[in-house]
Amino acid sequence: MHARADAADTVPNWPDDIFATLQRFDIRQVPYVPDAGHSRLIQRVLASSTMRGIPLTTEEEGVALLAGAWAGGQRGVLLMQSSGVGNCINMLSLIPILRFPFLTLVTMRGEWGEFNPWQVPMGSTTQGVFELSGVQVLRASNAAEVPAVLEAAASQAYNALTPTAVLLSQRLIGAKVFTK
Amino acid sequence: MSKANLLDRRQVVSTLLANRKDVVAIGGLGASTNDMCAAGDHARNFYLWGGMGGAAMIGLGLALAQPKLPVLVITGDGEMLMGMGSLATIGLQKPSNLSIAVLDNEAYGETGGQTSHTSAAADLVGVARACGIGDSRAVTTMAEVEAFAKAVHDVSAGPRFANMKIDSASLERILPIRDGTYIVNRIRGDLGFQPI
Repeated sequence: MHARADAADTVPNWPDDIFATLQRFDIRQVPYVPDAGHSRLIQRVLASSTMRGIPLTTEEEGVALLAGAWAGGQRGVLLMQSSGVGNCINMLSLIPILRFPFLTLVTMRGEWGEFNPWQVPMGSTTQGVFELSGVQVLRASNAAEVPAVLEAAASQAYNALTPTAVLLSQRLIGAKVFTK
Repeated sequence: MSKANLLDRRQVVSTLLANRKDVVAIGGLGASTNDMCAAGDHARNFYLWGGMGGAAMIGLGLALAQPKLPVLVITGDGEMLMGMGSLATIGLQKPSNLSIAVLDNEAYGETGGQTSHTSAAADLVGVARACGIGDSRAVTTMAEVEAFAKAVHDVSAGPRFANMKIDSASLERILPIRDGTYIVNRIRGDLGFQPI
């Protein structure tokens, strides 16, 4: 199995900070394609009585799902890893056209001590893809700044309808460790 | 090309929406969205002019947000093929108020009529059923369309899926409104939500 080396030896609590922010903003639908960096947050979502975790087969499904959720009066957030961002590109066109609140939290690969070269091309273009697609990018590089970054991102996404992606850097989540 | 014994798409869609009551309907990119408009514009019509492959997922998001409302996705075989994974996502969530009707002309009618995968190999009813959508129907008669239209209103027994074999004749385009923000906000307003 491939584990991640966490930045600290203890279980990180920044995913709990994220969960608390999502709760405060009344997030109801949480589509995701799993990533090890999101595993704790996904556990919290699946155990929640107010949020619905929705596993996807591909990330673009989540963009369309959030459009439908908004038409039906609910807010959502899309969880994915950087390699999934490319899968979303055409579906991101729904965001400016339908003008629904869009927030996505992206765990980064292909940077900061990456072992797997195959992750590097998409990891290197993740921010550019978002910006070309009209999604503003914020980044959290250490646990201490996660709450403030999440608060800013959720505020502008849900209050100001500014499409926003938060990149959770590999430095924050810990580079994936491959063991034989 | 027109074949005998195939359903007329406009008749199918107008039957699906004839007694729609509180149904929210999503029309997939292509002729399906035009058919929905041809059946009569409605505040709860979600017309798509892009986002190919996304119609069923928009339906899922809406159905989960509004579990007491019947939500009906009407889309084409090409659009459904592009979003085939969403059938697995829907099969897992099992929203009991979501129905999907595929208008299957076995062709990409908007782009020159190139044959689609359903013309020779792909069986969307089999795919939907194998993805966990137990009520998956192959529809070939108007009586079956009428039965499906009635079932759409049962918000406790879905999700349900129907693949409807339609005539591939090109019809006069009846174009719906295409301002996406207006379309969404009109639905939200009709459901009682205020602008932000």
